[in-house]
Amino acid sequence: MSAAWPRSRGKRVLLVIAILVALLIAASVGSWLWFKLNPVEIVEPPPGVLALLTQPIPDGPIADLVRRGRYLTIAGDCMSCHTRAGGQPFAGGLGLQTPFGTIYSSNITGDGDYGIGGWTPAQFYRVLHDGRSKTLGRLYPAMPYPHFTVVSRADSDAMLAFLKSVPAEHYNPPANRLPFPLDIRLVMIGWNLLNFSPHGFKADPRQSAEWNRGAYLVRGPGHCGACHTQKTVLGAEKSDKALQGAVIENRFAPDLTGNPRTGLGRWSAADIFEYLRTGRNQHAGAVGQMAEVVTYSTSLLSDADLNAIVTYLKSLPASPDTASGAPSAAAMRAGHAIFFDACTACHLVEAKGQPRMFPPLGGSAVAQQRDPTGLIGLILGGGRTAPTLARPSFQTMPSFAWKLDDQQIADVASYVRNSWGNRASPVSAKQVATIRSKLDLRQPLGRGD
Amino acid sequence: MAQAMPKVDVVLVGFGWTGAILAQQLCDAGLSVLALERAAARSTPVNWATTFDQDELRYMWRHHLFQNVKYSTLTFRNNIHQSALPMRHLGSFLPGTGVGGAGIHWNGQIWRWLESDFKLKSHNEARYGKQATAGLTLQDMPVSYQELEPYYDMFDKTCGTSGQAGNLSGAKQTGGNPFEAPRSAPYPTPPLPMTYGPKLFEQAAASMGLHPFPHPAGNLSQEYTNPLGMQLGKCTFCGFCEKFGCGNYSKASPQTTLIPYILTKPNFELRTESEVLKVERTPDGRHATGVTYIDSAGIEHFQPADIVALTAYQLHNVHLMLVSGIGQPYDPATGQGHVGKNYCYQTMGSVDVFFDDKLLNPFIGAGALASVIDDYNGDNFDHSGLGFIGGAYIAGMVTGARPIEMVRVPDGVPKWGLEWKHAAKKYFLRAMGLSVHGSSYPQAGNYLDLDPTYKDQFGRPMLRMTFDFPPNDLKMSQYCTDRAAEIARNMGASSVHAKPRKGPYDITHYQTTHNVGGTMMGESPADSVVNKYSQSWNVANLFVTGAGLYPQNPGYNPTGTLAALAYLTADAIKTKYVKAAGQPLVAA
Repeated sequence: MSAAWPRSRGKRVLLVIAILVALLIAASVGSWLWFKLNPVEIVEPPPGVLALLTQPIPDGPIADLVRRGRYLTIAGDCMSCHTRAGGQPFAGGLGLQTPFGTIYSSNITGDGDYGIGGWTPAQFYRVLHDGRSKTLGRLYPAMPYPHFTVVSRADSDAMLAFLKSVPAEHYNPPANRLPFPLDIRLVMIGWNLLNFSPHGFKADPRQSAEWNRGAYLVRGPGHCGACHTQKTVLGAEKSDKALQGAVIENRFAPDLTGNPRTGLGRWSAADIFEYLRTGRNQHAGAVGQMAEVVTYSTSLLSDADLNAIVTYLKSLPASPDTASGAPSAAAMRAGHAIFFDACTACHLVEAKGQPRMFPPLGGSAVAQQRDPTGLIGLILGGGRTAPTLARPSFQTMPSFAWKLDDQQIADVASYVRNSWGNRASPVSAKQVATIRSKLDLRQPLGRGD
Repeated sequence: MAQAMPKVDVVLVGFGWTGAILAQQLCDAGLSVLALERAAARSTPVNWATTFDQDELRYMWRHHLFQNVKYSTLTFRNNIHQSALPMRHLGSFLPGTGVGGAGIHWNGQIWRWLESDFKLKSHNEARYGKQATAGLTLQDMPVSYQELEPYYDMFDKTCGTSGQAGNLSGAKQTGGNPFEAPRSAPYPTPPLPMTYGPKLFEQAAASMGLHPFPHPAGNLSQEYTNPLGMQLGKCTFCGFCEKFGCGNYSKASPQTTLIPYILTKPNFELRTESEVLKVERTPDGRHATGVTYIDSAGIEHFQPADIVALTAYQLHNVHLMLVSGIGQPYDPATGQGHVGKNYCYQTMGSVDVFFDDKLLNPFIGAGALASVIDDYNGDNFDHSGLGFIGGAYIAGMVTGARPIEMVRVPDGVPKWGLEWKHAAKKYFLRAMGLSVHGSSYPQAGNYLDLDPTYKDQFGRPMLRMTFDFPPNDLKMSQYCTDRAAEIARNMGASSVHAKPRKGPYDITHYQTTHNVGGTMMGESPADSVVNKYSQSWNVANLFVTGAGLYPQNPGYNPTGTLAALAYLTADAIKTKYVKAAGQPLVAA
């Protein structure tokens, strides 16, 4: 724990309350303002970045260390966040849209000025384990150090060796765009006190070695909870709702528990394995941020590690089933007509879908999440299936923002959420309007032109 | 002064079907490959998503996917006594531009040639005597069907072609084309289900003792994953294939079958908006050093490469050979030279079939949705006494019911006014066309060369096309269209309108985008531009792909054969040329 922290219990409580208030103000006012000013960026990493993760590493004195480090950075999916559109892999500069503002990923290539070329293994380990950077000071948890903290020192050293081996880019990422007082990194002292303590991975002796490996990968380097777990108002993960699904960057990272409707309850172990390896299975395709996770991380993991992840995920108890109201008959009628016109070209009539190409929508977990943000975002903005080495195709769901108005999207979403055995809360035009605005998508033709 | 770029093993000029095939094959073999594409990168979600791809006005009439004649055109005349003029609007054929080329807006009709098509001249002369080929500059191909079969099969597996085999390794198959050459494997996916119109054709043809079978289709009957892991979806019969991109990934194209796979290769690079101006050579002219290209900012670059492959559309490959001064241009006056020689097309006839009592619902269509007979194609029938050689497949085809393009009215109905409106309304869902897809054979006066007057935007002479249908082909079209009309009458039609192809060739009205010849392959430099491996006789590290390789055009859509030849070329580069770099693979 930091030496700067007050020793008296009373002062600690006061300080924590002060930080809490500051963060609440930031969350409500600051984030609204900053979202208005900073629309979402389109994430399109440069072509060929996969090569850096897949090409053989030539023999040399530290080749084994570098190879191990590369595998660990794959497991941690460092690539997705630390590579901006058009930039060198790992050179940072990608803006992460958090509820508190935009945080730019740092340059983790070996560049001496802006990267980690001059870092010692101890300094690098401190980032992963404690969330403290040599150059930046206290990190925001957009860098998921609460997960990486379990990474061992030896593994951390290997990752550093790999990152120093990749082509360096002399590039300084932009400064974060956070409202006061969040732009003062010292506030993270309080956040860490409330939400974080550095620790190693503690194996559960009652579980198999495979389960424990899976738990390590999911909770540790894989940092699945960073997206799939709901956050507290302070942006920390709610431990009692671990992996039950959450809104992230105006999309929805689905429930990963055994819930048969919203989670992975209907997916066999082989289904989950196939999804993580190829980016698609008979139920769903990975789009949005998850597409990047699959392309740059899970599709490149070993069979043993994927099986371990599957074993761990299959052990998660089902999230509680939430009650949902039914949509009106009028919404269902309109939704059916819109679905037939706009969706059946790919999803086919009765939403049977085409396995591994276009997901069937009956039973779809994405469609039935308790929060419709993900479904609305998909219809509005479209999505692209993860290209992987096994399945290089990137089938794309087109954007309907220009074509359907808020009410039409609400109706078709309500219809999809409540047809073919699906059951989920109806969607309102207001919800669609909110997400259209947050995603900075245009109004349909003839409206607002 | 052109800016020199880092050298690559292979530079491809154009990134459509054959460019993508070469890129995939050569990247997998470990060569570094750069594709230069003159126009933009194009992809399904951006350029032809399901939300807007069935827009007839945008794509068909405003040429959204086609070559823009403002930037690239050619001059045309029917014969050497006329002065050629530049084409200011595309008509008879519609070349593509941009990544995927014409492979985006094709119909997906995937054919193989007959065995006799490979030996066309010798076969016909042996059967009908030398006088049968008089007036035609036919030539045999230097490859046989048997040599090309493995590569035909590769292309079928790349596309997932839907169809019914008629001949599996010599064993005839019920329901397939009994005339087809032996296939080593069945089609990867079953044939498309027939709708009512094609079914009527099938029944009529069968009742006449003919041999109908489902048209081989690149519009897939079911989901398919090709050997590269690329996935195609099931065709939904939206009826917008030809002249359109496919929004739901069910038409085989470079984008759906090859390009995303190629983009994962670290040894591949694609530069779009990079138009190649010239193939550069060593001072002795025997070796290509690379190509000069110009980017969209108007900056010229020199791209060095060990191998140059011209993988653009046939017209552009011929043009580039001519402006680069490679090989001897063909001169119709003397018969000397081969570059530009044997330009051929496709002799398209058709029959409109109208039903008063049958609702065909032709809006349920697909690019290759047809029942077809091959009884009157190539030399599948006896031509003795007919006065022509060659033939056509006849297809009862329903590619869709695009409302502007596909309004058919019977003979005798006025071209406009109330009566026309009534007929158009009545027959929109009650009419279909039979396609009479005829061969096109070469004659001495049909050729491509550089225009003496008109220059393109880069100051190079434009390509000049001199073409008219030879009498042989017009007789063929008349005969085969008559046969098609017989079938039409047997379909129970209330009226039939036969439209055999008539001369002179009219370049302003759409017929088909099947331009072939001009860089033909042959046995020796004395009869051709390239050898059987598509390697230039003059410049050993220059390869040319595409339909320009054909000395004539059989009665089939060209894509299947030009794709197979591209696979053969790639194989020759991988297994033969890299071991003997700079050497001819066939002794001149």
